[in-house]
Amino acid sequence: MNKAQSSALRALAAPEWEPTIGTPALSSFEAARGALRRDLTLAFRQRGQLIQPLAFFAMVTLLFPLAVSPQLGRLREIAPGVLWSAELLASLLALEFLFRDDAQDGTLEQYALSGQSLTALLFAKTTAHWLLTGLPLALMAPLAALSLGAPASAVPGILLSVGLGSVTLSLIGAIGAALTLGMKRSGALLSLLTLPLSLPVLIFGARATQLAISGETLVAPLELLGALAVLGITLAPFAAAAGVRISLE
Amino acid sequence: MTWTWFHRLGSPPYVYGLARRLTPWLGWPAALLILGGLWGGLALAPPDYQQGDGFRIIYVHAPSAWMSLMVYTTMAIAAGVGLIWRIKVAHAVAASCAPIGASFTFAALVTGALWGQPMWGTYWQWDPRLTSELILLFLYLGYMGLRAGIEDTQRADRASAVLAVVGVINVPIIHYSVTWWNSLHQAPSVMRLAKPTLPASMLVPLLVMLLGFTLLFGALLLVRLRAEILTRERASSWIREALGA
Amino acid sequence: MPTRSLEVEDLHLWRGERHVLRGVRFTLGEGQALKLTGANGSGKTSLLRTIAGLMYPEEGRVRWGGADVRADLRAFHGRMVYLAHEPPLKADLTARENLRFWVGTRRRLTAKLIDGALARVGAAAFADQFIRTLSAGQRRRVALAGLTLCAVPLWLLDEPATNLDADGQRLVAGLIGEHIARGGMALAAVHHEMEVTGSVIELALAS
Repeated sequence: MNKAQSSALRALAAPEWEPTIGTPALSSFEAARGALRRDLTLAFRQRGQLIQPLAFFAMVTLLFPLAVSPQLGRLREIAPGVLWSAELLASLLALEFLFRDDAQDGTLEQYALSGQSLTALLFAKTTAHWLLTGLPLALMAPLAALSLGAPASAVPGILLSVGLGSVTLSLIGAIGAALTLGMKRSGALLSLLTLPLSLPVLIFGARATQLAISGETLVAPLELLGALAVLGITLAPFAAAAGVRISLE
Repeated sequence: MTWTWFHRLGSPPYVYGLARRLTPWLGWPAALLILGGLWGGLALAPPDYQQGDGFRIIYVHAPSAWMSLMVYTTMAIAAGVGLIWRIKVAHAVAASCAPIGASFTFAALVTGALWGQPMWGTYWQWDPRLTSELILLFLYLGYMGLRAGIEDTQRADRASAVLAVVGVINVPIIHYSVTWWNSLHQAPSVMRLAKPTLPASMLVPLLVMLLGFTLLFGALLLVRLRAEILTRERASSWIREALGA
Repeated sequence: MPTRSLEVEDLHLWRGERHVLRGVRFTLGEGQALKLTGANGSGKTSLLRTIAGLMYPEEGRVRWGGADVRADLRAFHGRMVYLAHEPPLKADLTARENLRFWVGTRRRLTAKLIDGALARVGAAAFADQFIRTLSAGQRRRVALAGLTLCAVPLWLLDEPATNLDADGQRLVAGLIGEHIARGGMALAAVHHEMEVTGSVIELALAS
């Protein structure tokens, strides 16, 4: 086909990409919403997996009455520590599901090349991850606390503190999971990367839980947990996006 | 024009030569200052009225603890420079910092524990500074673990750089939260020696040690940096010229 | 002077001690396809990934319409699609859902557009089946449907005809032919012969 023929053909068939020239056809916000919906759809298809972090959390909680003492008085004293240690470990375990599949099947690569903000797309993924693991864990934490002798009045405080703290844990986890992408065995390293960064959440979260159990006001540690969550939301998606890009190099 | 020095610092042969020339200029003063500081701290300074001779371990402990933070900051800055401007030498600097920093952190922990024995009657006390120092050691170990876990040097450089930058943002947060935690659970720590009221005979050797340790870090960094550059550039022709002569 | 062109200038890429790309250069104008050949390990995939901006070359640059793509990588990504060796599909989503979510991060799609694209690649029959139940060739066809749906001028294709029968290989050649006939550009790393009608240049990478 010569040049004249091809340009004639071009004139006949209207270039179907023309509408996309200029700004991207889709805002990053819409793209991120799509990514969120996709992850929720997928999680619903594989809902068996979602039980695992919850079962793990319950298992860790169960270890302490057996290892320490069945007396609720003694358990109540260590309940905040037990709860938050279990929370940190369970959220660490759940990171397995965050990026691994998407890295393997090329979804992350397509995200990085989509012309949309990778930061926004990964933030959407992390949000989905929190909805699917962090939130259920937060809903389960009061049950675990009750089983360790916490009074019913402590339930709202515990729900709030674990819910808020798990936001930051998901975000820190996203950084760690992104940086360890493409490594064959990353389990132990992932915990070495994320647990030290998670310690402030543990400290403030356990304090809030302790105050909730003893019936005192827990505004101060909740504010600090909130500050950490805001900081995490602002910075962590950028670091995660950088990590994902590096893994694709 | 003002950027030429910056670009020259991106060239491995130039930095290799510079590091070789600078090492003695940092190494010898470091040795002299540390020897002088030890003499001043161990022999000249009077015993502490409360702690006796036990306090003298601060002449190693405090500079080590100071260096553990300073090396981490240096590492994060070098990593950030490497990440933003894609300068390989900056990544080599960051990579060279990590083992040195981890060693200083370890030294600070060991000397802190040794100091704790006469002061608290136990080697380990959950003192906020020691606890922070322990967490810092884990940050260093995580950084080195990530580097070791990624085979491709460039990817290891960039991934660990992101971690170092994230870590350096977190260090003050961790320190604050640990202090906050400690204030809830414990009476004020005994390890409050670096008061401004420290007499000059105690303070001067401490400052000399601080300077000595800083220069020691510089010298160690340059030695490690040369080894790091040699490993990374082993395929380049300039290496043969630099080593062959 | 074409309004759109892809210029690859003297690319050098090192992976560790391996000099993967050694001064690759070419220009691709509107309505042109480039057939990229070379033995395994000659750097075909690396070249595609470097052009896409995933890998950083040590030397050289990639220009799109005269401007360095690194200056605004996201805008460039909005003009190109990269189809890797493995189709970027989720096993637990149907073919249709996959397209909606994958291409849906780039542009708005209607059910009609998706149906049309699936029909064009002969995938209408299994549009509502889960990807995990499809054969490798069927997955490839779904990925090709996604490619056409992206509606971008530049296609970067890594072995687009893998796992396809003779009919499927003609389909790939036909899609590329249509694309460049409309003024698009395609860069395809190929192993097999591919008969694309139109202006096709060939670039052989030495290993």
